[in-house]
Amino acid sequence: MVTYIIRRLIAAILMLLIVSMVTFAIFFLVPRLAGATPEGMASRYVGRTASEETAKLAAERLGFNDPVIVQYGNYVKGIVFGAEYDYGPGVETCPAPCLGYSFITRQPVWPDLLDRMPVTFSLAVGAAVIWVLVGVGIGVVSALKRGSLFDRAAMTVALAGVSLPIFFTGLISLVALSYGNPFSIFAQGGHYTPITENPIMWAYNLILPWVTLAFLFAAGYARLTRAGMLDTMNEDYIRTARAKGLAERVVVTKHGLRGALTPIITIFGLDFGLLIGGAVLTESTYSLQGLGKYAVDAITNNDLPKVMGVTLLTAVFVIVANLIVDLLYAVVDPRVRLS
Amino acid sequence: MTVSPATDAFLELRDLRIHFPTDDGLVKSVDGLSYRLDRGKTLGIVGESGSGKSVTSLGVLGLHNRRNAQVSGEIWLDGLELVSAPEDVVRGLRGKKMAMIFQDPLSAMHPYYTIGNQIIEAYRIHNKVSKSVARKHAIDMLGRVGIPQPDRRVDDYPHEFSGGMRQRAMIAMALSCDPELLIADEPTTALDVTVQAQILDLMRDLQREFDSALIIITHDLGVVAELSDDILVMYGGKCIEYGSTDDIFYNPEHPYTWGLLGSMPRLDREPTDRLQPIKGTPPSLINVPPGCAFSPRCPYGSRTGGLSTGEVPELTESRGGHKVRCHMPPAERRSIWESDVKPMLETT
Repeated sequence: MVTYIIRRLIAAILMLLIVSMVTFAIFFLVPRLAGATPEGMASRYVGRTASEETAKLAAERLGFNDPVIVQYGNYVKGIVFGAEYDYGPGVETCPAPCLGYSFITRQPVWPDLLDRMPVTFSLAVGAAVIWVLVGVGIGVVSALKRGSLFDRAAMTVALAGVSLPIFFTGLISLVALSYGNPFSIFAQGGHYTPITENPIMWAYNLILPWVTLAFLFAAGYARLTRAGMLDTMNEDYIRTARAKGLAERVVVTKHGLRGALTPIITIFGLDFGLLIGGAVLTESTYSLQGLGKYAVDAITNNDLPKVMGVTLLTAVFVIVANLIVDLLYAVVDPRVRLS
Repeated sequence: MTVSPATDAFLELRDLRIHFPTDDGLVKSVDGLSYRLDRGKTLGIVGESGSGKSVTSLGVLGLHNRRNAQVSGEIWLDGLELVSAPEDVVRGLRGKKMAMIFQDPLSAMHPYYTIGNQIIEAYRIHNKVSKSVARKHAIDMLGRVGIPQPDRRVDDYPHEFSGGMRQRAMIAMALSCDPELLIADEPTTALDVTVQAQILDLMRDLQREFDSALIIITHDLGVVAELSDDILVMYGGKCIEYGSTDDIFYNPEHPYTWGLLGSMPRLDREPTDRLQPIKGTPPSLINVPPGCAFSPRCPYGSRTGGLSTGEVPELTESRGGHKVRCHMPPAERRSIWESDVKPMLETT
């Protein structure tokens, strides 16, 4: 078990290194390969109106003329120890962990990310709770009542859930339940109250985004759970459980659902990791200032350090979530511990 | 539903039918089966795959697919009729009064729970005891079925056991509540030959110890020869021959039973002798042939003057409790056995 954990940890760290390299390559190596000059890349940092002279100087000082390996080394060094950007007219400091410095807003990226994280995290956690409970619950009932009216209705709704994009369901929910009509019972978009300030307002403001986001995921989970349950309920060990005289409820939950849980955990790790890196569509639709909205705004403004920061952070989240999933595997399925 | 009064038999099936309607037609898995079994006795049910032998036993425990099965007839267990009994009543008997040992212990045990937990669970359903008491009982049971160091192995998972040990654990689980009726469905099929003998010995010893009624379902005549008092041969969802183990092995009267005996590998035969397989395949349970279900494969079918393909033969008593479902007159069957079949089986 201990070797299993250590092996998973090492794999996760290696993965992080590779991801940082790939991210770096996309933002710094690919433009060069595509023909961008160091001056051209540096001009993003000093403004497009700057003279050629200034851009050249900035390129030199910001290290765009160094070999890519050295640039990557500096980038990693910045994450660990912090960095200073001497772009000519002045010096900007970016304390560790320096995930980049935006010369457009004149701010390091990391504090921004820290600011936005609670919003995205609140959104993701609340939605995840809803979609796991609802999705898995419906999946189980559908599997047990296979072919019934409930099953068919649930699976039709689930199909709709998987197919309808957030910006559609989200806008419909806002129009129907939020903006100036008799049913405007929920908060309008753009409101967020930290849970530490007022937990009730926190939940009230987030309930529409939660449900909208959860609808999308619950649909997939319901289908996945249903398929898994149909498989496991045909296993021999289910018959054994019944032969012991167990109540059907216990047979379904303790023996059936437990067996069907592995693929759900896998997909949940990926989904959740990706989501806490920014629920782009939901945050945009409801004007929530989370990581996803941050990334969209950064892309719109061509603010590359921010985009890169969010990308790397999302990658970290996905890797960490996968690490947790791997460890959970060993808890759920004892056979994993041996291999 | 009107039911006839209970008998003195511990287990009695009367005209049990388990049919499954499917898109292709009605599958008659069990079609009018009757037998009785007393405490301390062993019944062997023999037949090919698809003869309905497993469905019968699942039906006794109420484990057949309830959603689409049509069940009729009577199952009397110790004075209680089970077919008409509410599901809750039958569930209360499962595991406690009647238990089952399944064919493949690897797939029949939950891979995510330890052996001990699975036995503890079985025990605590019917006995209101603490976990630690149940655990002691589980260790005790594992020791009794011959698992070495049961206090350590109790925390192992099924995949950490060998095949034979798993089957022993399965038996320990089935016996944990001291059931009076034990049904073993192909208990040794998934095991090595050397382990098979150990498991059969174990089952015989435990049956004596617990004085339970035992039903062994198998396609292996060697297994039933070893253990059974009586043997029931099933074909196409029906009993086609029933008798004591001696009757079936030394005076079998049904051509199908002859075929089974002829296709049994035996050590006392010359290696050059070929096995005598039964020609053809078992009937589909959807379209059971008219007349005798075995007639398409029966080498003697022509001797009944068309009766075999025309009418379903009745199960009739031949002598002393030995029953046969065949159109041939008993005397003719016996003479074929004595003059044709027996010498062929004995040629060495």
